[in-house]
Amino acid sequence: MIKLTYPGVGKVLYLGAEAAIILGELWGLKVIYKIRIPKPYRDEALDKQIRSLRTKNESKIMILAHRLGVNVPSILFVDLDNALIVMEYIEGPLLRDYLNKLDVKLSCKIIGDVGMYAGILHKNGIIHGDLTTSNMVLSVREGKVYIIDFGLAKISKSIEDIGVDVHLFLRSLESVHFNVKDKLFKCFIDGYEQILGRDYVNEVLKKVEEIRLRGRYVEERRLRKIEYEL
Amino acid sequence: MKVLGIESTAHTFGVGIVQDSEPYILADSRANYVPEKGGIHPREAAIFFTNKAHEVIANALRNAGLGLNEIDAIAVALGPGLGPCLRVGATLARALSLYFKKPLIPVNHAVAHIEIGKLVTGAKDPLVVYLSGGNTLIAALIEGRYRVFGETLDIALGNFMDTFVREVGLAPPYIVNKLHQLDICAEKGSKFLNLPYVVKGQDVSFSGLLTAALKLFREGKASLEDICYTVREIAYSAIIEVAERGLAHTRKSEVLVVGGVAASPYLREKFEVMTRLRGVKLLIVPPKYAVDNGVMIAWTGLLNYKHGVTIEPEKAFIKQRWRLDQVDIPWGR
Repeated sequence: MIKLTYPGVGKVLYLGAEAAIILGELWGLKVIYKIRIPKPYRDEALDKQIRSLRTKNESKIMILAHRLGVNVPSILFVDLDNALIVMEYIEGPLLRDYLNKLDVKLSCKIIGDVGMYAGILHKNGIIHGDLTTSNMVLSVREGKVYIIDFGLAKISKSIEDIGVDVHLFLRSLESVHFNVKDKLFKCFIDGYEQILGRDYVNEVLKKVEEIRLRGRYVEERRLRKIEYEL
Repeated sequence: MKVLGIESTAHTFGVGIVQDSEPYILADSRANYVPEKGGIHPREAAIFFTNKAHEVIANALRNAGLGLNEIDAIAVALGPGLGPCLRVGATLARALSLYFKKPLIPVNHAVAHIEIGKLVTGAKDPLVVYLSGGNTLIAALIEGRYRVFGETLDIALGNFMDTFVREVGLAPPYIVNKLHQLDICAEKGSKFLNLPYVVKGQDVSFSGLLTAALKLFREGKASLEDICYTVREIAYSAIIEVAERGLAHTRKSEVLVVGGVAASPYLREKFEVMTRLRGVKLLIVPPKYAVDNGVMIAWTGLLNYKHGVTIEPEKAFIKQRWRLDQVDIPWGR
């Protein structure tokens, strides 16, 4: 792991897939140090490229999202050479762990907010890139949902990219919250539609369906409906 | 309880016989279709299977020292796979089931890869990384289904590797001394070139990399060895990254790598580094059972049979696109 010379670095809260999330202090504030750890299994050039590019990307896009009124942690400091971002600490559980514990009405409201935020992002050409309930935090203090981890985010208005974002969110509901996924997906779409309008949302949903069917071995994708009787 | 299983989804016609007590595996007989040029030709493979089937079945029974009347049930892989190939196994299984009056058990090929992997490695509750010619996915068993957490958005890793080495003139043969041609070629390269690395959330995509790599090769702007090296680094790193994401997402403490591509020692090395850093256990299915075989079908058939899963022969249609996450796993509830 990288040796950090920053003061105020505390304990590792979470070792994510690509970054360590470290709770610390900066200017008297509780902050998160998000540092992308070098991956020794990758070619060094590839590793450096991926870490530095994603750090730059992530901080730029988070600042933009914040400015647009989406609930994201404020960026306080960025160090590209160390692939480090220092940001505001949002205290609370991950939506992934908490959603199944909430009653349907409240979870619908929260997922509706997520839909609105996704709508704002997409309307302004921001693709989150990993829009799953693992990347959302419920703020204890405010009772609001925050979107985190813009590590795979990018700027794009292509319907394909927007569709992939929505597809990923739908899949995260399917894989972890499958008991209520249909209901929650509707809540998401309600919020999403408020920002983007019905026509556009329908277009996105058509794309989502297409992306889903593009996956491997999807039954509906069969071109000809033939029952093979031998 | 003894179950005979038939595998015929792609290039291997395999028959396995298993029982529900040690040593579990009683027979493992296989015939592999090797194309003279290009990839698998489904019809040619099916004809090959038809010619070999009787030998393979007889061999399995002889090795187990059993007659068909001593078998309790017939299991067959009904999908996913190539239609003409699947039909050979399905036809045989239906005939055996009807003629010898044995229950017929439907088996999903992907589930079978995972279950035999769990049997031979002792994995208990792993994050599964399934890498083969036709499949690239990350899955985990949750409440009675293998949920897919990530997969390829276009072509599978094995298909990508095979197509690349074929197009640049290195294959067939695809495997030499147990190494894939891509691995062999990549070992001679060292320079990392600028080619697209595509990870979308927990999914990977290889078609863009394939196009860009072949374009670079045809333009002659870089040595083939360096292209091989870059292509391999990108493809394997992307797999490791989505596997790591799957681990972070599911918090499983074991990784089980199944499927034919699991045999690559270079991929194994990367998996070892990643799992060591995350403090999780790495289990890789040995090559013998990582590739397609009849034993895995028999074993999964046995698990199915014990949980009452059978099918009427007249309803046992093949399913070319039978997804892993469409299959109920009664022993995983």
